Amino acid sequence: MADPITLTIDGKQVNVPAGTLVIEAAKQVGIEIPAFCYYEGFSLQAACRMCLVEVEKMPKLQPSCTLPAAEGMVIHTESPKVVDARKGMLEFLLTNHPLDCPVCDKGGECELQDMTFRYGAGESRFVEIKHHVDEKQWSPAVYYDAARCILCYRCIRVCDEGLGVGALGLTYRGVGAEITPSHGDHLECDECGWCIDVCPVGALTSGTYRYKSRPWEMNYAGTICTHCGDGCKTTLSVRNGEVIRANNRDRSGINDEFLCVKGRFGFDFVHSPERLQSPLMRRNGKLEPVSWSEAIGLVSDKFLEVAARGGSFGVIGSTRATNEESYFLQKFARQGLETNNIDHHRSGDVATLLDALSGKTKALATVNDLYTAKAALVVGADLAQQHPLLAYQLRANWRHHQSSTYVVSEGPVREDQYAAKSVRAAAGAELAALEGLREDLKKHGDLVILFGASVKGDAVRSLVAFGDSLGIPVTYVCLVDYSNSRGAMDMGVLPDLAPGYKAVDKPGMNIDEMLTSPTLDVLWVVGANPLEHTQLKNEKAFVVVQELFLTETAQRADVVFPAASAYEKSGTVTNVCGEVQRLKAGPKVMGAKPDLEIMGLLAKQMGLNLGIWTPDKVFEEIRRSVRGYNVALPVIATGGAAPTMPVNGRIPVSPRPDLIRPSGDTLFTSGTLGRYSRMLNKVMEAPGQLYKP
Amino acid sequence: MLLNEPHPLESRVLTRRYVYPQKDAIGIDQYVSQQGYDGIRKALEMTPEAIIDEVKKSSLRGRGGAGFPTGMKWSFVDRKSPKPKYIVVNADEGEPGTCKDRVIMEHEPHRLIEGCLIAGRSINSNRGWIYIRGEYRKYIDIMDRAIADAYARGFLGDNVLGSGWTFHLSTHTGAGSYECGEESALLESLEGKRGNPRLKPPFPATSGAFQCPTIVNNVETYSAVPDIILNGGDWYAGLGTPRNGGTRLVCLSGHLNRPGVYEVPLGMNMLTIINEIGGGVWKGRKLKAVIPGGSSSPILRAEECDIPADYDSLAKAGSMLGSGATVVLDETADIVKVLSRLMAFYAHESCGWCIPCREGTAWLKKILARLDEGVGTKNDIDMVDQLATSMFGRTFCALGDAAAMPAMSYVRKFRDEFEAKLNSTQVFVPAPQTQPLVVL
Ligand SMILES: Cc1cc2nc3c(=O)[nH]c(=O)nc-3n(C[C@H](O)[C@H](O)[C@H](O)COP(=O)(O)O)c2cc1C
Ligand code: SF4
Ligand code: SF4
Ligand code: SF4
Repeated sequence: MADPITLTIDGKQVNVPAGTLVIEAAKQVGIEIPAFCYYEGFSLQAACRMCLVEVEKMPKLQPSCTLPAAEGMVIHTESPKVVDARKGMLEFLLTNHPLDCPVCDKGGECELQDMTFRYGAGESRFVEIKHHVDEKQWSPAVYYDAARCILCYRCIRVCDEGLGVGALGLTYRGVGAEITPSHGDHLECDECGWCIDVCPVGALTSGTYRYKSRPWEMNYAGTICTHCGDGCKTTLSVRNGEVIRANNRDRSGINDEFLCVKGRFGFDFVHSPERLQSPLMRRNGKLEPVSWSEAIGLVSDKFLEVAARGGSFGVIGSTRATNEESYFLQKFARQGLETNNIDHHRSGDVATLLDALSGKTKALATVNDLYTAKAALVVGADLAQQHPLLAYQLRANWRHHQSSTYVVSEGPVREDQYAAKSVRAAAGAELAALEGLREDLKKHGDLVILFGASVKGDAVRSLVAFGDSLGIPVTYVCLVDYSNSRGAMDMGVLPDLAPGYKAVDKPGMNIDEMLTSPTLDVLWVVGANPLEHTQLKNEKAFVVVQELFLTETAQRADVVFPAASAYEKSGTVTNVCGEVQRLKAGPKVMGAKPDLEIMGLLAKQMGLNLGIWTPDKVFEEIRRSVRGYNVALPVIATGGAAPTMPVNGRIPVSPRPDLIRPSGDTLFTSGTLGRYSRMLNKVMEAPGQLYKP
Repeated sequence: MLLNEPHPLESRVLTRRYVYPQKDAIGIDQYVSQQGYDGIRKALEMTPEAIIDEVKKSSLRGRGGAGFPTGMKWSFVDRKSPKPKYIVVNADEGEPGTCKDRVIMEHEPHRLIEGCLIAGRSINSNRGWIYIRGEYRKYIDIMDRAIADAYARGFLGDNVLGSGWTFHLSTHTGAGSYECGEESALLESLEGKRGNPRLKPPFPATSGAFQCPTIVNNVETYSAVPDIILNGGDWYAGLGTPRNGGTRLVCLSGHLNRPGVYEVPLGMNMLTIINEIGGGVWKGRKLKAVIPGGSSSPILRAEECDIPADYDSLAKAGSMLGSGATVVLDETADIVKVLSRLMAFYAHESCGWCIPCREGTAWLKKILARLDEGVGTKNDIDMVDQLATSMFGRTFCALGDAAAMPAMSYVRKFRDEFEAKLNSTQVFVPAPQTQPLVVL
């Protein structure tokens, strides 16, 4: 860090490292210098000229966003000259601005409105005809109204620098200058919509939100994205019980403002017309709506009957349900149904990793570590496709701290753009390729290793041994699919491991065994679609499904309970890095109930005593009883991410690498949920090749 | 033919080999036989410091517009930098009224090549580009031919004149915008990007083309260098006035009897230039005003013109020597129309990067069109001054200033003419609009 220097801003003394930008130095003494184009963390533009300040001994006003603070500088941010310049800038900006604030999406949260309110002139002298261009639709998700655009270039920069996509550029000149997609009239990009969020005005609008609401007419719920396992914080904007927007403009959570297309637009499955809103029961071979009490009664009777005659149960848990639900489900299975036949779709070998790291402290990386580590090694994964936030973090780390990233992957990945080294290796053969990177990796102060599903079983142990042999601090991330894939494992939705990876006495059937067992009496599926591509072997098995939609599995069911999605409930989820975060209910879908409540009602009906089934109570039990989950409550309660403690003890793993089968989602798919998101489907139908490495 | 018949008051240094009229460019044989490339021969024997010292002594100042001391600019380059160092010639010649760079390239392309070689030698560069505006197809071809000849004769290439030093040079065709003449926008354009100006600092001397130390100079600036090296900096400085060394090309245009490009010593009286070299105001009319250094320079009233035409004197008079384009306006000239036309140019050429220039030029253009049509108001006149003041010194690059300076000076110095034009139209005619009122 450079030597500290002292400068004076509006009479206040400020101590900052030499070279700090004046606009940032001013923040430290509570002085906000207005700016449009200055955007923290991105390249400097000095284009909007709003941040001009008066510097003593300099004849011209200086843009404070590019002016490095120097010893003894005396700066005025509210002098008559500065005030006049700002007023002038806003007057210029408004000349060709359509001033259609009453119908603009941004009205009420528009930076141009705010600036004009605070710094603008009371009246306009512009009486000429405005330069006008028609609005354009660039993609199902992104619309551009050039007339409103103030050319701050934030959109260009987040897309290019932040994501490495570079889908936007500038065309024409002078007053006709406008933002244009690199592919002319349409976007071929990640469709993440970040450009829309950062737009200070209503020039970029969102396909899901435009003209639907005014910002003050909505309720907001800060929750966790239910799609991939990265655990981005997303704030749902809910109007009349309906989610119409998702973003993270308050930069709370682990993801700054970042969200991928699924986080920002993939919420619309919630209001899909295909949502189940009543329990269904099979009568005469057909699923028909019935009341909750009837459905619960039938399932309870069936479960009791099968249990009484010692029949076999199979329970399949969810990769998106909350920790509380997963925990309660395995408790239901193990204590209520007295079976260890419980499993879920596994997508990463977390258990083996935790076992291999046993005895080590600080061996698991958090999402934030990816931004601060000196180096990262990505093995067998296409992060930008499957873990967009992690990809963003690594890129931001490289942009801001010149960290080094190494890639070992099967095909080209987006990290190649800036990777220190990229090596191609077939899936399963990645470890052999690592040796070539050994000398490079050893040079760095510390390293994060992220590995995908092709590294499993003994390969995980070899990878950890390789990490150990480097002689530098190494942390790990085992990549898993969905928002609570990690939690399902931690919560013991596994036939051989109870919560906290404790051994069970008699391991039960795994998912394959259940589906292929000719004698299975009951299959109970909570938020999963195991029958998407296969048939249940025992045609006579009684199948109970808790689902949002009539999936392939639900169609086979005897009873279907309409379940609430993650956005409609509270609870906690654990992301790919093992950080626990809290869900907050936003919208409501009539007729659906959270899985926890459905299980609770069932337990009650069956006369089982599994404890109180509210999320808070179950979470308390988890904190008390599950290894690693004694996390700081205040962190979680305030919307933070609390890292779980490493298990730190041997885990009795019975490795079944064959059961680790990631779903292979792309940036635009998200298992079953993705199929019911109109926006994700529309985006994929849009012209052009969307994702490029 | 822009080069006019020589005038006895001219000091022909840079143009000394030109004949009038000259059909073809001076070929390499003729150039070499008349001391051509002797400058680089001499420079190859000198140390880089010595070359730069000589240029400093000459008090040569940039002929592209800003008039920055050339030797000083060259000394800013870190010659020891491990990065490659580059020479870039600004032949974008976009400033309205300016037409001298083309004359140099058309008549004596090897002089420019030699200038580049000497500059290259002075900063340990091995590569140069001549960025020529796309409209100058003819001069691009002339330069390309000359460069090929220079390669063939060993003046350019991997072993310049057997010295073991490598210097490569090529032309680069500009992509058509006034802003691409601004040095940092030019570098962006040279790199194949959109011609937007760059944030400064860093200046090109530190981080120019492809982020490497780079010298950007005007065609005329480089072309002055061979004689400075041959005859010494002191000799060159002595041709002009103190701190304003040498001779310069003046592009005389407007209401004159003998418009054209001439070479005059710095500091020659403006009226001498107009009345003697330019043959005086045409049709026996009186002088009204002079735009002394390209369209961006503040205008001078006739009575302000009795001054030496050099950088410092013009700056003292509140204007600038700029690119050396001197536009003469006679008593019948319509100042309002001139400014209106100029503002249309700036509005068209503003790159759009920053708010004050993008919106300010477009707005001023509309107001001035109205004033020119005779349907403006007194308030409009004040607005021109106020808006230009709002732009001045606050834009990202100097184009905004270049638009604001004439606007402010024209209204301030010729307010009576603006007022006389108010309501001069009897019938209300709306100002021409480029856009329809309503776009459906
Ligand atoms: C808008 C604008 C346009 C310019 N156009 C030209 C040009 O066409 N030719 C030129 O030589 N310099 C032009 N300049 C000046 C250059 O930025 C730069 O000062 C010059 O190339 C430096 O060379 P010199 O020191 O030899 O004058 C322009 C400057 C601005 C701000
Ligand atoms: S949606 Fe995302 S990827 Fe597409 S242009 Fe906007 S910022 Fe870039
Ligand atoms: S579209 Fe929005 S973010 Fe992009 S340049 Fe225009 S105002 Fe800025
Ligand atoms: S002043 Fe601003 S808009 Fe004008 S040319 Fe320079 S950067 Fe572009």
